[in-house]
This record gives sequence, C-alpha cells and structure tokens, in this order.
Amino acid sequence: MEIKWYIFLSLILFCIGIIGALTRRNSIIVFMCIELMLNSVNLLLIAFSKMHLAPVNAFATTMATSAQIFVFFIMIVAAAEVSVGLAIIVMLYRNTRSIDINFLNRLKN
Amino acid sequence: MDAIQLIYLIPLLPLVGFLINGLGRNTLSKTVTGFIGSAVIFLSFCLSVWIFFNVSDPGFTTQNISYFNFINVGKLHIPFEFQLDQLTSVFLLIITGVGFLIHVYSISYMKDETQSGFGRYFSYLNLFVFSMLILVLGGNYVIMFIGWEGVGLCSYLLIGFWFKDHANNNAAKKAFVMNRIGDMGFLLAMFWLVALYGTVSYHDLYNPDNGIITALSTINSPAIVGITLLFFVGAMGKSAQIPLYTWLPDAMAGPTPVSALIHAATMVTAGIYMIARSNILYSLAPTTLAVVAGIGLATAIFAAIIALKQNDIKKVLAYSTVSQLGYMFLGLGVGAFSSAVFHVMTHAFFKALLFLAAGSVIHAMGGEQDITKMGGLGKKMKITYVTFFIATLAISGIPPFAGFFSKDEILSAAFAQSPVLYILGFGGALLTAFYMFRLMAMTFKGKFRGTPEQEHHLHESPATMTVPLIILAVLSALGGFLGVPELFVKDGNLIANFLSPVFEHSKQFITTNEPGPQTDLILLVVSSVLIIVVAIWAWNKYKKYTIEEAESGFGKLISNKFYVDEIYDAIFVQPYRSLSGFLNNVFDRRGVDGIVNGVGKTVNYGSRQLRLLQSGRVGSYLLLMVIGLLILFIIQLFTK
Repeated sequence: MEIKWYIFLSLILFCIGIIGALTRRNSIIVFMCIELMLNSVNLLLIAFSKMHLAPVNAFATTMATSAQIFVFFIMIVAAAEVSVGLAIIVMLYRNTRSIDINFLNRLKN
Repeated sequence: MDAIQLIYLIPLLPLVGFLINGLGRNTLSKTVTGFIGSAVIFLSFCLSVWIFFNVSDPGFTTQNISYFNFINVGKLHIPFEFQLDQLTSVFLLIITGVGFLIHVYSISYMKDETQSGFGRYFSYLNLFVFSMLILVLGGNYVIMFIGWEGVGLCSYLLIGFWFKDHANNNAAKKAFVMNRIGDMGFLLAMFWLVALYGTVSYHDLYNPDNGIITALSTINSPAIVGITLLFFVGAMGKSAQIPLYTWLPDAMAGPTPVSALIHAATMVTAGIYMIARSNILYSLAPTTLAVVAGIGLATAIFAAIIALKQNDIKKVLAYSTVSQLGYMFLGLGVGAFSSAVFHVMTHAFFKALLFLAAGSVIHAMGGEQDITKMGGLGKKMKITYVTFFIATLAISGIPPFAGFFSKDEILSAAFAQSPVLYILGFGGALLTAFYMFRLMAMTFKGKFRGTPEQEHHLHESPATMTVPLIILAVLSALGGFLGVPELFVKDGNLIANFLSPVFEHSKQFITTNEPGPQTDLILLVVSSVLIIVVAIWAWNKYKKYTIEEAESGFGKLISNKFYVDEIYDAIFVQPYRSLSGFLNNVFDRRGVDGIVNGVGKTVNYGSRQLRLLQSGRVGSYLLLMVIGLLILFIIQLFTK
C-alpha cells in the first residue's frame, strides 16, 4: 500500500476535526474534534515511520522508531490534556448549567 | 617685585568683586556691596598706574605673558596670554580710572534699588569692567574675543537691568543682536587669520622683526583686505557705526551710570582698540582704511544731524557718542592711530562726565529725561551745571578743553589725506557744537517747564555723585594738554610720543602729504572761531526756549532719526517675522505636527478597529487560529 492513502486518511480526519471544532457549540464535541485532529496527526506519524524505508526494502525489519516515540508522547500529553479539559467543562457546566462554548465569553467582563 | 608679574590681578580683582557681589547679593548690605564693587576697581586702577610707570620707562619693550594653553588642536596652539604695551597701558588707565568714578557715582545713584538689585547691579558692573580688561589685555584675538563677548553679555544684562519693563528688554535684545552681527565678522576674520597664518597671537603676527604679516604680506592683497573688512564689521557692531549703530541710542534704557560706562570706559571703545591693535594689518590694506574713514565720517555727520532734534537728554548724548566714535574711526581710517586713541581718552573723560551729570539732572528731576520739560536747572544745581558746561566745551572742541586737541588732531590728519574729509568732518564738529549747546541751554537756562512738584524737588546731588563729576571735569578741562600739537610746543604731544612704539611700524605703509605749519595754524584758528560762533548762536537761540511748534519737512525727518529704525524694521524685522509666521503656521503646524499627529491618529484608529477582533467568542478565536495556520501553509508552499 502506498503512503498517499495514509496521508489522505489523516487529512480527512484532520479536516473533519477542524470543521467540527469551528462549527459546533457543544464544548464536549469541540473537545472531541480536537482529539480527532491530534489523532490524525498521530496516524500520519505512524504511517511515515512504517513506510519510511518500505520503497527501498519491502521486508525491512528496522523501522524509524523516533516517530513512534513521538506518538506515545502525544498520547500521554493528550491524556493529561483531556483530564484538565474535562475538568474545565465540568466546572463550566456547574457555573452556567450549560456547556455551550459561547458562554465562555463571560470572562470578558 | 616686578609689576608686570602682577598683571593678572588687574582683571582678577573685578572678577572677584563680581563673584562676591553676585553671590552675596541677598546677604551683603548695600554699603558693603558698594564698597567692594568700587574698591576692587580702585585696586585695579592702582595696579594700572603702577604698570603705566613701568611701561613709560624708556627701556620698556612689549611684554608677553603666557599663562597656559587655552586651545590645542592639531598644529594650532592658542595660549591664554596677555600682552602689555603702551596701547594696553593707556586703555587700562581709562577703563579702571573712569570705571572707578562711575562705580562711586553709582553708589548714590542706585541707592533706591532693593538690596539684591543693588548687589546684582554692582556684580554686573564689575563683570563689565573685567570683560573689558580681558579684551585689552589679551595677547591674541581669541582672548580679545572672550572679552569682546563678555562686554556684549554685560551690556545686555545692564541695559535690561530693569527687566520688569518690557521696553528695556527689547532694547537689551536689540543691543545683543546688533552686536552678534558684528561678532560674526570678528569670528570670520579670526578663522581667516588661522587659515592663512595658523596663529592669532599679536606677537606672531605683528612682531616688527619676524612677524608673519610684516614679512609675508603685500599691500592690499585680497586676503588682508577681506580680513580687515571682517574685523571692521565686528568693530561696527561693537562701536556703533553705520549700519549697526541703532542699538546704542536704545541702550539708554539702562541706568544712567551704565550708559556712562558703556559709552566712556568700556564696550564702544573696543572697536577702536581692536583696529588700533591691528594697525599693521590695517595699514597694509589701504582699501579697508578708506572704507573705515568713509563709514566713520558718514556716521559722525549722520549721528550729529540726528542729535540736533532729539529731546531726550540721554538720546542726545547717545547720538553724540555715535558721532564721536565716527571721528575716531575717521582718525583710524586716515592712519592717525594715536590721534584716535587720544580721542578715545578725552572722549572717555567728557562723555563719562556728560552722562554722569545728565544722571544727576535726571535724579533731581525724579526720572524725567525730556529736556523740553526742564530748563533753569543751572540755579538749583551749581556743580552739575558747571561740570556739564565744561564737558560741553570739551566735546564741542573749544580751546583749550580736552576735545579741542584730540578732535583737531584727527581733523588735521584727515586734512593730510584729503581736504574733502576735513571739510565734512569739520561740518560735523560744527553740528556737535550746535546740538551740545542746545542741550545745555534747554536744560540749564530759561524758565522751568516741568511740574511744580518737580520744581520743588530740585536739588543738588550728594557728594558721592558730585565728586566724580568734579574729578572728571578737571580731566576734561586739562586732559587735552597731554596732546598739545607740535605746532605750539616742541615734543608737546605726549600721548603720541608715548604710543609711538606701537604704531611706528605701520607708518611706513601710510602715505600722507603733511600740510605746512602755517596751513595747520590757519585751520586751527578758523575752525575754533567758527565753532565758538555756532556755539553762541545755539546758546542764544535755545536760552529762552518755550514750547516748540511741531516739526515739519526736514526737521520732522531728523527728529524721527531718519526713520532708520522703521526702515530696519520693514527690511529685516518684518520679513523675518512673516517668514517665522509662515514656518510656524505652514511648515510646523501642518507639516511636522501633521506627520506626528497623523501617525498617532492612524495608530489610534487602527487599534480601535483591531480591538473588535477581541470579541471573547471562542469560536472566532479558533477560526482565526485556523486561518493563521492556513496562511502559514500557503507561505510554506510558495517559498520553496
């Protein structure tokens, strides 16, 4: 399989994430869309690391490992981020009885 | 100890007086201030006398005393040096001697000032004398220039002494600006000298044995003519010659003793001194000498004509100073340097006397200066009257008073150049006699024309004012005998003989056709008789002066001083004002301010618009973030 299919897939996921983040008002959905964007990037990184040496040698056993380590980092940071983000959303809900992101502009005043 | 080693004390003492009086003006009493102010000048005078006796020793040669390096730039070394010769010595005596009398006189004249005003006045007076002493003692043009600027500053401070009246400030500014124009010429001349010869020291330039000027120059070379003309521009400003004379009559705004100091001892004689000091340079430039003589003569006559119709006692004296300075320049211009210096000296005596006596009159009149409101003062103020009379005789050139000898010397030197100069100069002398006797008669004779209050107030001035008057009167009466013409007494011209070492080297460049002794004698007798006739005519005409009808025609032109101030105003001041107005309104307000304010307004407006982006809506922030990302992508794509 060629690399371009992986790229297309992650591009589509990323665009879905962006569109979702821009258009939805529900903050949990916006949050999920951001996760989707992160994971599309993760997918891309994994694909590159797998396919990096493939055109040279189809049975290559040594692969570029640094990208995979990167992915683990991103997943860990994302997990931490999720816990903080969800906590914020919970607090938002407690204060406003809503999770509409447009209510976040209350900080302005 | 040798007196010459103490020469630095002469200017230092007035400087010390200036510092004490200036710094202690709020703490020292008036008596102490007056005493210190006068005492330092008196000590300087004593030193000057001592030095004079040293200088008049037959074995004396010109002394240069160098103290330290003042300016060291590349090959140019300008030391802070003094030069002592006969010319310096004469000026030292005039400045400190007459200056001292004026200081003493001021103690009474200014007694109504506040304590700090009194201190300020005396400190300025001391500084004035200090600057003038530096000017005449300096051994090169740079040191002279320090004093030159110093007297300019002091005249500004003293003319505007009563600074609460705006007219006085304007007069002070006028004096300062007019002097600056002259100073410009002086500076340029100095730069030119440095560029040509690399030195400004007198002993490098004018030394008769190996001086640069005497060795290298040819007569009337363009550079020499240029330098001398520029120096003369400086002298025009300082010594009030056409066209820069208008500041001097306005300088009457200051206290009267200041006028006396400016006119007699300091300031206006600086130009004469400078040209006399540069006599070798000037004698190498006959063209410049002709210009000097021409301008001097024109000033002498022009100012004398204006003085005919002035009614302010100080203005008449001011114009007479301008006129007398014109005679001095005429003397310099025809190469009679020692005669010019002689006239400086006699003029210092009688002009100081005239101003101080006028101050005594003004004092008695309670500040009134208009002679049409005076009259009959002779009965009430005997000493002032007699001394003023002697000074008038002296300035009019009536024998045997001081002015007769010095003016006659200048005029006979002018005759040696050309009879035309003589006739014009003599015409001016007749005018002098006329306006001085008019002034005398209107002030001291006839009926009193002021208010009864003033008449009641009339009194003779106190002794501190009259004693200087008497001393100066004696000097004005007898001072002329220092320069009796050779015609009457062999070797009678003491001052010319005394000064001859200074001027002997320029003699060779100046050609004159000396008139015979008979011609001289005839001129002398005829001129004296004519002057006396004119004086008596003026005296009788104005003795019974009542109220004059309004002037018309030429008289009106004269009494308005030929509208010179108005012409200057129209030619220089108004265009300058409108140019400033134009630059202010158009260039500055619209141009410079427009740019500055425009930048501010643009930023302000832009910020106002950009502020709207900060809406607080998370969605729009995200959108902007995405747009930013996209822009980065696009940039990435196109900058490969």
